[in-house]
This record gives sequence, C-alpha cells and structure tokens, in this order.
Amino acid sequence: MLGILASIIDGVLVGLVYGLAAIGLTLIWGVMDVINLTHGTMIVAGMMALYLLAGQLGVSPYFTLPPILIGGFFVGAALYWVAIHRLVGRPPLMSLLSTFAVNLILVGVGTAVWGTALFNVDVSLPGLSIGRYTFPGAHILAAVLAAVIAAALYVFLHRTRTGKALRAVANNREAAELVGIPTTRLLAIAVGIGVALAGVSGMLIGTLFPFTILSGDDYQLKSFIVTVLGGFGNPVGALMGGVALGLLEGAITPFVPVSWTLVIEFVLFVLVLIAFPGGVFSRRGVL
Amino acid sequence: MKPRYRKHLCLVAAAATLFAVSPVSASAEDTITIGFTDSQTGPLNVDSLGQQRGFEFWRDEVNAAGGIKAGGKSYKVKFATYDDQSVGGRVEQLYTRLVNQDKADFLFSPYSSGLTARAAVISEQYGKIMIDSGGAEEKPFELGNKYLFMVITSASHYLSGAVDALKAKNPHASVALVYSDDPFSKAVLTATKQQAQAAGLDVVMDESYAPSTTDFGPIVNKIISSNADAFLGGGHYSDGATLARQMYDQKANMKWISILVAPGDDKFGELGPAALGVTVPSQWEAQVSYKPQFGPTTAQFAEAFQKKFNAKADYHAASGYTSGVILQHAIEQANSVDTDKVAAALNGTDVTTFFGRIKFADDPGHHGLQAAHQMVLAQWQKKDGKPGRQVVWPTDAQSAPMIYPISAGH
Repeated sequence: MLGILASIIDGVLVGLVYGLAAIGLTLIWGVMDVINLTHGTMIVAGMMALYLLAGQLGVSPYFTLPPILIGGFFVGAALYWVAIHRLVGRPPLMSLLSTFAVNLILVGVGTAVWGTALFNVDVSLPGLSIGRYTFPGAHILAAVLAAVIAAALYVFLHRTRTGKALRAVANNREAAELVGIPTTRLLAIAVGIGVALAGVSGMLIGTLFPFTILSGDDYQLKSFIVTVLGGFGNPVGALMGGVALGLLEGAITPFVPVSWTLVIEFVLFVLVLIAFPGGVFSRRGVL
Repeated sequence: MKPRYRKHLCLVAAAATLFAVSPVSASAEDTITIGFTDSQTGPLNVDSLGQQRGFEFWRDEVNAAGGIKAGGKSYKVKFATYDDQSVGGRVEQLYTRLVNQDKADFLFSPYSSGLTARAAVISEQYGKIMIDSGGAEEKPFELGNKYLFMVITSASHYLSGAVDALKAKNPHASVALVYSDDPFSKAVLTATKQQAQAAGLDVVMDESYAPSTTDFGPIVNKIISSNADAFLGGGHYSDGATLARQMYDQKANMKWISILVAPGDDKFGELGPAALGVTVPSQWEAQVSYKPQFGPTTAQFAEAFQKKFNAKADYHAASGYTSGVILQHAIEQANSVDTDKVAAALNGTDVTTFFGRIKFADDPGHHGLQAAHQMVLAQWQKKDGKPGRQVVWPTDAQSAPMIYPISAGH
C-alpha cells in the first residue's frame, strides 16, 4: 500500500515538471495556432545549458534557472523571426514543417558537437522517506519550482498589461490590432515565453535524470499527451494534464506489468480525444 | 579552332583514351573493399563510434604492415561506409548499395542486434561474408545463414557471469529482472531468467519497460516492493544510466546491480556515487590479457589505440578491431579472397586473439554463432580515489576483489 502511495506521489512530482514543459507548447499554439516542433530540442537545450553551466563551470544547478529563462526567451524570439513570422495565419502544416526543419538542423548540429553521449548533473539534496520509499530532494524542489513558475505565468497573463494584451491577441488578433496592440511583437514574446518555459523545464528535468542530445523526442511526446489531456491553448489545463499523466503513471505501474503503462497511456489519450476533443481541462477563454 | 590547338587536343584525347582502356592498375587490383554502415547520428551513435574506430584502426594497421597476404599478393584494405542514422530501414537499403554499387568484397555488421539482423538478410541474399561484432542476438544465426559470423559472445550468455558471481556470494538471493522491451535486452534477460532459476536464485520480478521510458521512479518503487536483493537488467544507454541513478536517488538499497551496456562506457562514471558498485557484462576489458596466436597483444592494442584516438579503447572498439583480425586470419588461411574459400576458413577458425578465443558454431541450427569467446564482469569501483571499471569475474581474471553487498545507497 505504501509502495502505491509512494509511486503516486512520485508521479505527481514529476508530472508537475511535465506540465511546465507542456505549457511552453500549448502557449504558442493558443496564441498563434502554431505547433512548435522544436519543443523537444528546446527542452534538451535547457538540459545542455544546465550541464555546461553547472557541470563544467561549477555554477550551482538552481542558479542556472534565471540565465536559462532569459536566454530561452531570446532564443524563442529569434525562432519566431526565423521560422514562424511569415507563416502566422497560414495553414498549420506550413509552420509545422518550418519548425520541423529548424529542429532537424538543431539536432544535427547538437549531435555533431556533442554526439549522443550521456550527460549527468549531480544534484544532492536531502530527500523525504516514508518507510523504505524515498522521494529525492531534487524531485520535490523541481515540482515546487515548476508550480511556482506556472503560477507566475498565470499572474503575468492575467494581471499585467502585456499578459492581457497576449490574451487579447490569442482571442482575436484582428480586433487586438484595431485597438492598437502591436501583435507582431506580442507573437514574438509568446514564442519567447514558450521556449523559455521549455528550456527551464529541461533544466529541471536535467536535475532529475541523465540525458543525451536526443532525449527531447520523449519529452516532446509527453508534452503532446499532456497538452491533449489539458486542452490545446490552455496553460492551466497543461499543468493539470501533467499532474494527471504523472498520477496515472504512478497509479498504473504497481498493478500492471510496466510494459503496459505506455499502452494504457495511449488508450487513454485516444479516449480523451474521442470524449473531450478540446481536452479534459478545456475552458474557453482561459488564455 | 586553329590546327595547332586541334593537334594538342587530339594528343590529350588519345592519352585519355589510352589510360581509359589500359588494364586496371596494380594497386586497384590488389585492394579488397569492406562495406559497412555506422550510426554517425541517432541513438546508437556512441557505441557505434567505438566499433567504427575499431574497424578503422585495424584497416590502418594492416595497410601500414603491407596489407593482407593471400595467393602471393598483398591486398590493401579499403572501406565503403555510410551513416545508417540508427534506422533499420536505411540499413537494408545501404547494404544493398554496398554490394551492388560499391562492389564490397566482404561486409562488417552495423551496431546493434536490430540493425545487424536486417543487414544479415542482405548479406545472405547476395552471398557475402559478414563479420558481426555489433549484434549479439542469436536469432539471425538460427535461420540457416551460411555467410554470417559473430565474433562476440551472444546475448544468451551476457549475464551468465553475473548470475554465477551472485550465486557465489548469495546462493539464495532474490532477483528483480527489469529490462528494455527491445530484441537484444529481451534475448539476454530471457536466458538470464532460466540461468538464475537453474542456479537456485529466486526471481521475484520479471518485467520489461518501453525503450522510451524517461522516469523510472514508479518502477524503482516496484523493485523496492518486490524485496529483491539484486537487480539485473537495463537495455542500452540512457535507460541503463537513468535506472542506476534513480535506484541510488531513491535509496533502493540493492546488494547487487548488473546493468547491460551503459556502464561499459567511461561516461557512466559521470553518475558519481550512483555508478559505484554497478556491474556490467563486458566483451573485453584492458585488464584481461590473453596470449594471442594472431594479431596484437592486449597491451599493444590498448596503447596504440590510446595514442591514435586519445581515448581509452572500450569493448566496442576491441570487438570492431577483432572483426578485421578474424577476417584477415581467414583470408590468409584460405590463401585466397574467394568468398567460399574464406567462408570455409572461417568455419574452421579456432584462434586466440587479444579479444579472447574465437571459434564459430558449425551446426546448421546455429551456424556462425560464437562458440568459444567468454565475457567478463566488470564492476565500477574506486581505485586511487578515481572511479573506474575493475574485472571481478571470473575470479581467475580478477583485477580487483568483487564488492558484495554494494553500499553507496543502492
């Protein structure tokens, strides 16, 4: 019984980080109907930044968060101008192909520079134990930071002028332009925030697990599942979706052979698409 | 055109024609082409790079020594290679190209069991000898193939050393088998389960996980709940390393851990304390010294490799190099580069190299499977304050005593 509880708690902790990663994906979709296929690579970029700053330069792992957040924002803004700007308002397939192409270039360059060798950042924080089961300190801190960053984003979107303008652009870009909102700049900001969140979630994941330059695909897949669960374009839903996915993984594993976990996840994914095409936590006008 | 230029042009054209219809030059005639793909990109990149370096190192050494001698000639070795991107579909396409367009005389395998099985279909279809140092799965060798030869120990024996070592320390140990759901890992652990049960160990958990698994937290909790003393499993690179780290982070307190592949790479040491105590079955370690009947000694190979690549040779590099050594030995024994004569020489091969003894099974049900080579078990231990792999099993090959039970929070 204690083992089941431990697995569920562990799933929720990691699920919060998955949720933060998915917020980056869903925010960009919500604002401009663009599916960013560089998402997984941006997560890995956060991991690599953590490795280079903490592993090589000796910066404390958690002090790498602000530079990764800021750096990710500027990388995202650059990505907008390179791969997305000319395709906003066009069929989604065009931006899908454009970001896919950029992703191939980034993965190719990354593989050429670093290979697919393993990277690990050693983080030792005291954990919490219940009986024989331990929750590592890094998992707890990553979950807390993910929740705090998601809450900060919520406040930004609902309490600041720029955030409100972003939501206006998401709801009706033409109307937003008519009232004088600089939509192009805001679209670049949205991609900047989305990539920054992907980078930060990558940094947090990098404190939990070893990674390679190709780890992004697995986390991108999880982000898609979480986004579908939470509803496209809904950051709060994405966080809830992440928690739901983690909860599910934690709750299923003790009862079935672990090879079935992924099968059950995808069955649920399809069922959600059939029953709730807009996502379980979908709510109109959240963004 | 002026007559003077026309005359020069005619001379140039005549010379060109003369060269074009001349018999093939001596150097081209005395060359053999070996074709293979490597995974320069994709998830198999790290292990494939080791194997590729082994191939290239052998080629450079054999060419520097004058080439392979057969039928009174010295054949220089030339490679034809492509990047298979770690993708099975590419392998079939590229091995067909290697045979038909690049006119490869012999083939080396790609890295991994999955890719090798696909390449073997092509090599057999075209009747080309393929030396396999990258795929340990037995299945392709149970299909009646005539030209496929494996120089490494096959999958079903990968963890038999770990089972023997564990039995020696704890005859009634309870064991959790948790492994990646891929052909290689499943083949290894299916055999391991039978070996563990035959050895009287108690298998309390036997489960596979999807290769894309990123978080092993719930799985580690399940291992803890199983009350296992020992963990045997893993798969390839990221998953094996992540399992080791999460078992450490979650204080699984295993007394014994054997993980496939990942701990065989020096980068595994980056896990710090989570790496210590972990054992890995290894095809070759520099500490084990055989008396070679053919090719370099272990010390010669290891030193020259280090000098050339500024990196320590791992078992992938050693097995890649051995592919070349064994092919060279067979060609020289056959005294010919004719495929059937070389295949016959390979069938009769029984030779000790720096990699160990090499002999191929000749019964039709397992033709070409490795029948003599033995693996060792290496354990991550601290020596002079630095973590590294030490050979701990078999006992007569030990470079350091085996640590059991392991501590460090596992």
